Amino acid sequence: MFPAEFDYERAASVSEALDLLEKHAGADVEILAGGHSLVPAMKTEGREPDVVVDLDVPALEAVNALDDRTVVGALTTYATLVDSGAVRSTVPLVAEAASEVGDTQIRNRGTIGGNLAAAHPGADLPAAALASDAVVLLRNRDGKREVPITDFFRGDGETAVERGELLTGVRVPHTDEGGFAYAKKTHPATGYAMVGVAAVVETDGGAEGGGAGDDTGGETTVSSARVAATGAVDRAIRLPSVEDALADGPLDSAAIDAAASEATADIDPERRRSDPYASGEFRGELLETYVARALETTADRAAGDTPTA
Amino acid sequence: MSTHDISLTVDGTTEALTVESRTLLVHALRDELGYTAPNVGCESGKCGACTVEMDGDAVKSCTVLAVQADGSEVTTAAGLAEGGLDPVQRAFHDEHGLQCGYCTPGMLATTHQLLDENPDPSRAEIRRALKGNVCRCTGYGNVVDAVETAAERLADERGESNESGERTERPRAEAED
Repeated sequence: MFPAEFDYERAASVSEALDLLEKHAGADVEILAGGHSLVPAMKTEGREPDVVVDLDVPALEAVNALDDRTVVGALTTYATLVDSGAVRSTVPLVAEAASEVGDTQIRNRGTIGGNLAAAHPGADLPAAALASDAVVLLRNRDGKREVPITDFFRGDGETAVERGELLTGVRVPHTDEGGFAYAKKTHPATGYAMVGVAAVVETDGGAEGGGAGDDTGGETTVSSARVAATGAVDRAIRLPSVEDALADGPLDSAAIDAAASEATADIDPERRRSDPYASGEFRGELLETYVARALETTADRAAGDTPTA
Repeated sequence: MSTHDISLTVDGTTEALTVESRTLLVHALRDELGYTAPNVGCESGKCGACTVEMDGDAVKSCTVLAVQADGSEVTTAAGLAEGGLDPVQRAFHDEHGLQCGYCTPGMLATTHQLLDENPDPSRAEIRRALKGNVCRCTGYGNVVDAVETAAERLADERGESNESGERTERPRAEAED
């Protein structure tokens, strides 16, 4: 299988890439990062761009851990996310989700920017980015634009990136005390998630004493919960009913069961993703189980019982 | 259609050639340059038969454009051998870690990266590392045995010849799968 013919252009900087996007504004242009979504699509899915702009921009491979946030360059590979001490210590959910992507060879080439821009409905990093409340960083000829991750995914393969724009990185805020997890039911042939659930739960209290006026006394109380799913519908989504069920309560097994029972509450049955691998109904069953698993690991980590990532 | 003059090092030899934009690395290696160790299997980035090392990383050469490999250093399974079988190849032979052998060049390339990064992997770590290399003849038990044997032999070699220059192990604290 060969891709159809196309013109290849290589950009050595962000401004070169933006120049090339402008130069080919009238053409069907694809941006090439690690190539592990685009090249297979060009071989087998009928994607036939006129022009491919290859990003060969070392500046976009940087991971920059700041006090309260970590900025990850778009060309950072999954393997780097998994191995980077800065990523593992500041935004461990991103490292955990990256470790679940594909296989060794895919993690060596595929990138976080390519993953988010490709917006595969079963990809792992979109769920992690949603649960992390990340911000997607875009550049165009007029300057910079930031898109909250909750506004980024628009459908299967569809995102907020506009023509002439380049995804340059992702800003991931650090979280306070609490836990996180990514739990995935992997499709064994494709490596994508049948369903995957990412969770970030911040807690108050615990060993340092309970919140003022709180009748839970010294127990840990959920101060914020973000839970996101991939594989369930045509894009990665937050699960607000699950999050609401956890809010302001303890992170114990009863709360987790109650939250998991809300797993499909926000999903119109007609919207459930269904394909030859797994029916929508089956994905709904899986989703409840994987919400529970993600929250159980999150609770263990919040209690300090499980080492992080 | 555009064509591109590229140069790369394959198994230690500098090669220069002209490729179409759409030429895949595996086809450039096999059809243009005659390096037939990487095999074309699923052609969709799943089976790993086409795996080669590119600048030290195991990559599926059916999912890399040849023009993307411009300036890089590629090592195929054949290039791992230096006058006879290397310890990993010998271990696959001794442990019968293959049947028809079609997947083996890819297995070797991935194993090479694994043992570079983690010289003493557990069986679970070996299976995880080789997840992207599919064998359709037989099970994976002998493959895992082969990688373990290779790791032991490489450790013995290092112990005998080089105590100070040993690579630092970088264990990954990942859950067992």
